[in-house]
Amino acid sequence: MNRKPKTSALVIQTIIAIVIAIYVLFPFYMVVVNSMKSTTGIVNDPLTPAGADFKTFIGNLSGVINNDYFLFWKAFACSVVITVVSVLLLNLFGAMAGWVISRNQKKKWASAIYFTFIASMIIPFQVVMLPLVANFKKIGDFIGIKMNYSIPGIIFAYLGFGGAMTVFILTGFIKGVPYDLEESASIDGCSPEGTFFRIIFPLLKPVIMTVTILNGMWIWNDFLLPSMMLGLDGEFKTIPVAVQSFVGSYVTEWNMIMAAALLAMVPMVIVFLFAQKQIVQGMIDGAVKG
Amino acid sequence: MNEFSAGRKAVSFLILLAGIALLVGALIFDGIASSGGYDFGGRGAMLVCGILVTIAGIYLFPTLKHHRAIVYGLFLFPLLFTFLLTVIIPMCFGIAYSFTDWNGIRLTKVVGFNNYIAMFKRPEFLWSIIVTFLFVLLNVILVNVIGFLLALLCTTKIKALGFFRASYFLPNLIGGIVLGYVWKFIFNKVLTQIMNTETSMLTSSGTALIAIVVVYIWQYGGYIMLIYITGLTGVPADTLEAASIDGANAWQTLTKIKIPMIAPTITICTFLTLTSAFKQFDVNLALTNGSGSVNFFGNYITNGSEMLALNIYHTAFTENNYALSQAESVLFFIILAIVSIIQVRSSNKKEVSL
Repeated sequence: MNRKPKTSALVIQTIIAIVIAIYVLFPFYMVVVNSMKSTTGIVNDPLTPAGADFKTFIGNLSGVINNDYFLFWKAFACSVVITVVSVLLLNLFGAMAGWVISRNQKKKWASAIYFTFIASMIIPFQVVMLPLVANFKKIGDFIGIKMNYSIPGIIFAYLGFGGAMTVFILTGFIKGVPYDLEESASIDGCSPEGTFFRIIFPLLKPVIMTVTILNGMWIWNDFLLPSMMLGLDGEFKTIPVAVQSFVGSYVTEWNMIMAAALLAMVPMVIVFLFAQKQIVQGMIDGAVKG
Repeated sequence: MNEFSAGRKAVSFLILLAGIALLVGALIFDGIASSGGYDFGGRGAMLVCGILVTIAGIYLFPTLKHHRAIVYGLFLFPLLFTFLLTVIIPMCFGIAYSFTDWNGIRLTKVVGFNNYIAMFKRPEFLWSIIVTFLFVLLNVILVNVIGFLLALLCTTKIKALGFFRASYFLPNLIGGIVLGYVWKFIFNKVLTQIMNTETSMLTSSGTALIAIVVVYIWQYGGYIMLIYITGLTGVPADTLEAASIDGANAWQTLTKIKIPMIAPTITICTFLTLTSAFKQFDVNLALTNGSGSVNFFGNYITNGSEMLALNIYHTAFTENNYALSQAESVLFFIILAIVSIIQVRSSNKKEVSL
């Protein structure tokens, strides 16, 4: 591998890479440029920055942020709460369940639970969505806690739907943690729950990272489940739901839609800039292990 | 077994009893409220408290012999409980509803396989199955080829590789709904201006489907590229060196060494794209919402670019035909299950041969 690559080949490769990068980034450029224009500015010239100015940009942004269908800050807060709480609970409960399953893997009940979780990963959301909403309404009415159109309800649903994949990845990892560690702890008089929280859980850091990224990206960008559980016109909306309900009410004004798209993209892009390595690694690990 | 003092035992029993009392009390209030009687507002909070106190009571139960079993049970409880209520029970209901005339609220009679028969008589549904399979086939091939080529490009010695990899992956971070509207703008406003035409690609079914494929590749190619990069960097350097000493050219190295050695990666990527393409919904909804007219064996239908997942959604919410939609989704489930079984089989075979 010590052969030096030919310069001409390198130049061609670089040019190809740049052309593809321009193509891939072009839609992002369109969003930024056109969210700074007026409607007529877009009709005149959607391609170049001509007609884009900062004042229109601020006007468009504030128009979108305060729009009754979008309400960006509220949607942002909902998305953050739903994503963060679901991911944290999935990590904790997933690790707990994964530990129990991997430490009882020779027992029939544990492998039955494990197999059920794995098999359920095939189930598409479409099969369960209608009965899920109907059941949650009934259960909510009965117990007196709102399950539809409510944040605790959707977090509950995410625990159910994310559980299988989380347990699958975590169990696989915990199986590789040497059992001796736990045995010596229990000889020292540590209770099983103490062993888990003090010894096993801290060891799971790398795989918790993977699971956090996979679940976080999924929940943040998910549309169908929140549109069912929260409704397109409900009190609470996640960002994708807010975008859909905004566009549904606003079809023609593209500068406003672009401003909404920009607002919806920015949080994820910022997170990516800071945690690029972790996100890329998490996505790869998730694909290879999952 | 004298580890627990009488006081400790009494306290743990009291907590357990209190928890059960709260639970039973909350359920009694629920029963009263749902039969039209007094609606106690605090019954929801009471139920949650009841569950938590009962769990604490079970956890503190004075036993050494069964403590481990209790901890195992409590550790499994949260996920199993949510999983049961959100996946298993609704799925059983869903399959059962597909044999009835359920309308989302109540059902009057069991209709057997009528929904399934009706579903296959609908040209819209048959068309969406054909479109979905076409889309999946095109995507799996194109995304994998393009992802692989991008991975080759991103494992060369060009400068700023990190930047290129990150920007190719960037679209994958953004949700399908947002991407769909951005591309709708590009197809409707920008491309028409560049090509100087009035009609956008999204208006006719054929070109609209191509548009969805383009967006899907744009969104997914970078992700598949990352996985191929991992596979390619896993090819041992000495194998490549040996090949180059033996005088293999770049093409031979690629086809004779690299591709055979990343066969497991190819399997992973194929099934990843396969399942995600089948489930494609968000972009389809935002980009075309399934529109486009087609003459399908003499039937004029208007869902030319509608794939299976979106068709199920529209059957339920546009046509308000919940039971039929449920039958369609069961078929969707069966298709995905077959794909997954093939996946498991084929990856097992790979493991044997390695």
